[in-house]
Amino acid sequence: MIRFEVNGKPAEVDVEPRMNLADCLRHVLRLTGTHVGCEHGVCGACTVIVDGAAVRSCLMLAVQAEGAKITTIEGLNRADDELSPLQASFRKHHALQCGFCTPGFLTTAHALLSEEPDADEARVREVLSGNLCRCTGYIPIIEAVLDARAAYRKR
Amino acid sequence: MALRNVLVGSAVERIEDLRLLRGRGIFVDDLVRPGMLHAAILRSPVAHGTIRALDPKPALALPGVHAVITATDFGARVPTIPLRLIPLPEMVPFEQPGIAGPKVRYVGEPVAVVLAESAAIAEDALDAVGLEIDPLPIVTDAAAAREGRSLLFEAHGTNRATTFIARQGDADAAFKDAPYTRRERFSVHRHTAVTMEPRGVLAEWDKAKAHLTVWGAAKVPFFNRQILARMTGLGIDAITMIENDVGGGYGNRGEFYPEDFLIPFAARHVGRPVKWIEDRREHLIAANHAREVEIELEIACSKDGIILALRGRALVDMGAYIRTNGAVNPRNTVQFLSGPYDVRNVELAAEVLVTNKTPVGTYRGPGRYEGDFFRERMIALAAKDLGIDPIEMRRRNLVPESAMPYAIAKVTPSGAETEYDSGDYRITLDRCLKEIGWAEKQHLQGKLIDGRYHGLALCCFIEGGAAGPKETASLTLDPDGRITVAVGSAGVGQGLETAFAQIAADALELPLDRIAQVLHGSTTLLPDGYGAFHSRSIVMGGSAILNAAATLKEKIRAAAARRLGCAESEVEIVDGMARAGTRALAFAELAADGLSAYGEFLNHHHTYAYGAHAAHVAVDPRTGRVSLLDYAAVEDVGRIINPKMVEGQQIGAIVQGLGGTLLEHLVYDETGQLLSGNLADYLLPTASDFPKIRAVTLEDKPSPINPLGAKGAGEGGIVPVGGVIANAVAAALAELEVEPHHLPLTPPRLWRMIQDARR
Amino acid sequence: MKPARFDYACPASLDEAVALLAAHPGEAKPLAGGQSLMPALNFRLAQPALLVDLRKVPGLDRIAVGADGVRLGARVRWCDIERDGRLAAAHPLLKEAVTHIAHYQIRNRGTVGGSLAHADPAAELPGIAVACDATIRVTGKAGARGIAAARFFTGALATALQPDEIITELHLPAWPAGRRWGFEEFALRRGDFALAGVAAFYDPAGGRAANTHIGVIGASSHAHRIAAAEAALDGKTPDEAAILAAARAAAAAVDPPSDLHADAEYRRALVEVLVERALKRAAAQ
Repeated sequence: MIRFEVNGKPAEVDVEPRMNLADCLRHVLRLTGTHVGCEHGVCGACTVIVDGAAVRSCLMLAVQAEGAKITTIEGLNRADDELSPLQASFRKHHALQCGFCTPGFLTTAHALLSEEPDADEARVREVLSGNLCRCTGYIPIIEAVLDARAAYRKR
Repeated sequence: MALRNVLVGSAVERIEDLRLLRGRGIFVDDLVRPGMLHAAILRSPVAHGTIRALDPKPALALPGVHAVITATDFGARVPTIPLRLIPLPEMVPFEQPGIAGPKVRYVGEPVAVVLAESAAIAEDALDAVGLEIDPLPIVTDAAAAREGRSLLFEAHGTNRATTFIARQGDADAAFKDAPYTRRERFSVHRHTAVTMEPRGVLAEWDKAKAHLTVWGAAKVPFFNRQILARMTGLGIDAITMIENDVGGGYGNRGEFYPEDFLIPFAARHVGRPVKWIEDRREHLIAANHAREVEIELEIACSKDGIILALRGRALVDMGAYIRTNGAVNPRNTVQFLSGPYDVRNVELAAEVLVTNKTPVGTYRGPGRYEGDFFRERMIALAAKDLGIDPIEMRRRNLVPESAMPYAIAKVTPSGAETEYDSGDYRITLDRCLKEIGWAEKQHLQGKLIDGRYHGLALCCFIEGGAAGPKETASLTLDPDGRITVAVGSAGVGQGLETAFAQIAADALELPLDRIAQVLHGSTTLLPDGYGAFHSRSIVMGGSAILNAAATLKEKIRAAAARRLGCAESEVEIVDGMARAGTRALAFAELAADGLSAYGEFLNHHHTYAYGAHAAHVAVDPRTGRVSLLDYAAVEDVGRIINPKMVEGQQIGAIVQGLGGTLLEHLVYDETGQLLSGNLADYLLPTASDFPKIRAVTLEDKPSPINPLGAKGAGEGGIVPVGGVIANAVAAALAELEVEPHHLPLTPPRLWRMIQDARR
Repeated sequence: MKPARFDYACPASLDEAVALLAAHPGEAKPLAGGQSLMPALNFRLAQPALLVDLRKVPGLDRIAVGADGVRLGARVRWCDIERDGRLAAAHPLLKEAVTHIAHYQIRNRGTVGGSLAHADPAAELPGIAVACDATIRVTGKAGARGIAAARFFTGALATALQPDEIITELHLPAWPAGRRWGFEEFALRRGDFALAGVAAFYDPAGGRAANTHIGVIGASSHAHRIAAAEAALDGKTPDEAAILAAARAAAAAVDPPSDLHADAEYRRALVEVLVERALKRAAAQ
């Protein structure tokens, strides 16, 4: 039995050692917002936040999440169902098309801006280089993340 | 009918984003059905051979494995997948069977399907299936395939399915008399779309109702339903295809693949729902490849640089089978090679050859990216020889507006004919020159600055869109007075719901939030539909919506007239109300009448968006690295529905084109093994690679062939990229006399060209 | 791409971890950040029967900076190195090399020990370890020992580790103030494994280069120093001529592999360019 916290709520799962965290979140906990794009740690679609750090959940075993505090894309949604400033910025800048890579970008950007609200364009671009998008060409995503910094600075 | 034009043309924020940003998109792997089994596909490990033995028993012995399906489960003959586009009889012998047997013809070809309790167990079982294959000689390049040294289809006697010939005027005569001619060989390498969401199919057979439901449909669900019906022997009414959220298409996802037959078959065979989700390694080896073609091309010009003729022969590597739309690649390569230029004499042949590699299908701008690379390189070389400024040479040859509609070369077989609908190609050329700062930067051409050579180039292009024959739509007045839109178009992430909501709202003179939802793709919505390919959705789906809107307005007026006791002609629709004089009814008040309208748009003319791209590169000759310093794209799309969305299409397509030109390469070894079979080896562009790109969209020249005046605009961004980058590199390396003929221009390959030029 | 089945253990001490490895010789693999091991498992390139997770083993995650140099615990992550303010002065070459490793999410999990144990021919840390004459400390059932980096990497993805041994620390010798250094790598995209990379340093002594070390990655089955290049520069004034001579000697001395991305001749040319650029950087400090 593995116990951890997801989006502020306790979770308890009983899975075989070889199940990775992404599959556990998606198929056992039914949090399907995290997506699986490669299973070898390149595309970043599976990014979640574990104890404050953005990680590739396809490269973590579910058993390794014991005792961890995890935030998925669902955890970035506001209780009042308004878009968060980061989500609103993505929408404003048309920073998504098919939306498959988007949860990974949002969790990564949220982790980055939470730590570094003054990240400059070079830093944002560097960090987001670990996430692949095939639809947008990245430029609107960078713009959206830079535009969202103001909201993180206020915190 | 005229559009009110309040929402159409404005950068409305997307409706789809509200669920996608929250992680509430529903992609096929997010679905679960009770009692669902998981499928894994056993794929051929060798590129060519005869299956001697296939023993499922060791796999069946593993706990959690329910079934192993092989060719023997399909009876006397395994059905083949028919051709959707360009279904020529000479290509039928090259169709792919739903499962391999008795031969395998490419690494990755499906040989068996394992069904198990979990995806992991199904994958465990793959290793346990006994598979013995007697090898046959392998052919991995089109030239060798052409010689027939190893036949993929022995009974057919050749590896060449057909030859497409694009012909106009008399090229041979033009060449005989031409003051200038040049002949060159060029090639584009194998690469492909690589959607971020791999493919998936979930199928369920309802035995009581004798009905098959398939989730994970995309691109052309209605066509695929017909194909599935034919291959399974079920009537189309016995099959429902559901389109969920789709993680990218670009031409690649949504065509009918073997798995689209195998998984529904499996569900019926075992009487339980079956889900198959492709992994990335499979995707790179099993989803369509694209672009691989070599050509010997000749150009004939006058002394002033007027292109008198284009002549040549291309060998197109189709992989092991002709898939549903694979023939589009060779046909387009020759049909559109002349691009936006007025070339009166054309004789271009494309030989369609099978090899022991993954089969190909369309990828954004199919055949156009390839043809544009060949043509624009040739124009650059000719301009240099003739001492004519390369921009001036292009300007002299552009099809003038006065020549529209302009007929291009006709293609046989297939009888494809088309004409460019409208446009003033000089406008986009001039705008692009301005955007890149052409005049101000000419002093940089070929200069060595801080160890890097600088170069700029500009190329012109057209993109075809709006394939017919038809699209369908319906508009329904919901009880709350809002409108539900349904279309036969398919969503692949391009923002259909938003664009169609804009069009429908303007057509009905409503604010955007009065459009309740836009449903698309699934076969449950409409009696038929035609889907998303050849950048057709705005024109075809949008025009169908206009048609339905006109009908709905009539019905609303009639219902209001009945209620208000007046003539229909007295009723106006204004601000979401049906008004006659001082009396008005809200739409919601009419909802009880069950008002709904169906619309269609029939079309046999393609639209031709057009433009120009320019690039500024810096090349490090010591490493071969090409740095993109600036990239400017200008395209006239006839009518802009949503400027941010069309800009997104352009930028996304450009980055795909840059990836294809500089990074991506599907590399095979001589035994037909794919070496770049994961994302660490098949290199997709990242946010660091091409930061400086801007795209300008114009709507100066609407299309006359549809009521929106719009032109398909999803692919133009990729079409000229290969030619522009290669020409910019050539301009940069002029001093070293490096002339790229072959893509990709990865650092090691460009470095090699530089070394070879030095010797 | 699901891995083959394996058992999982999460021992609370180093001794326990070693005992587990010893009890399953050749069948057990230690797991730290998983950034190299998990892809191998997912591709089924590795199919161990047992994974021994080191995350509860104490004492492996510290960075010690002292007179004897920099000691990185095996579970120190790239992000820990990035955040440690002492390292800019204590080991600027290490700091610079780490900026080239992978991407943000991987840097939050990938570890020193994991990178050394995986021994990718083009990985940066093995290159730094070899270039700086580092010692890799390991513990097995026979006890603890130190293995010189030059002997630790034995081939592509191969090390001198015994099946029961776990890396505990990377010890980089002290970095004197005034040392001149340069790190240059060439990768097709930012964060990719290098096609080739060079880590170089020398200590200025009366206007000449002393103690010249030039290490290369991606040019062989494992990272190594290039003696011929070092000899071409050592004891000489590090001017243009000497640097170019060292670069040419480096290119002549290496025997790089060919793969789908680049052939040997290209990698050899890269080595020359990168040695030249790294040494010029050093000389300009």
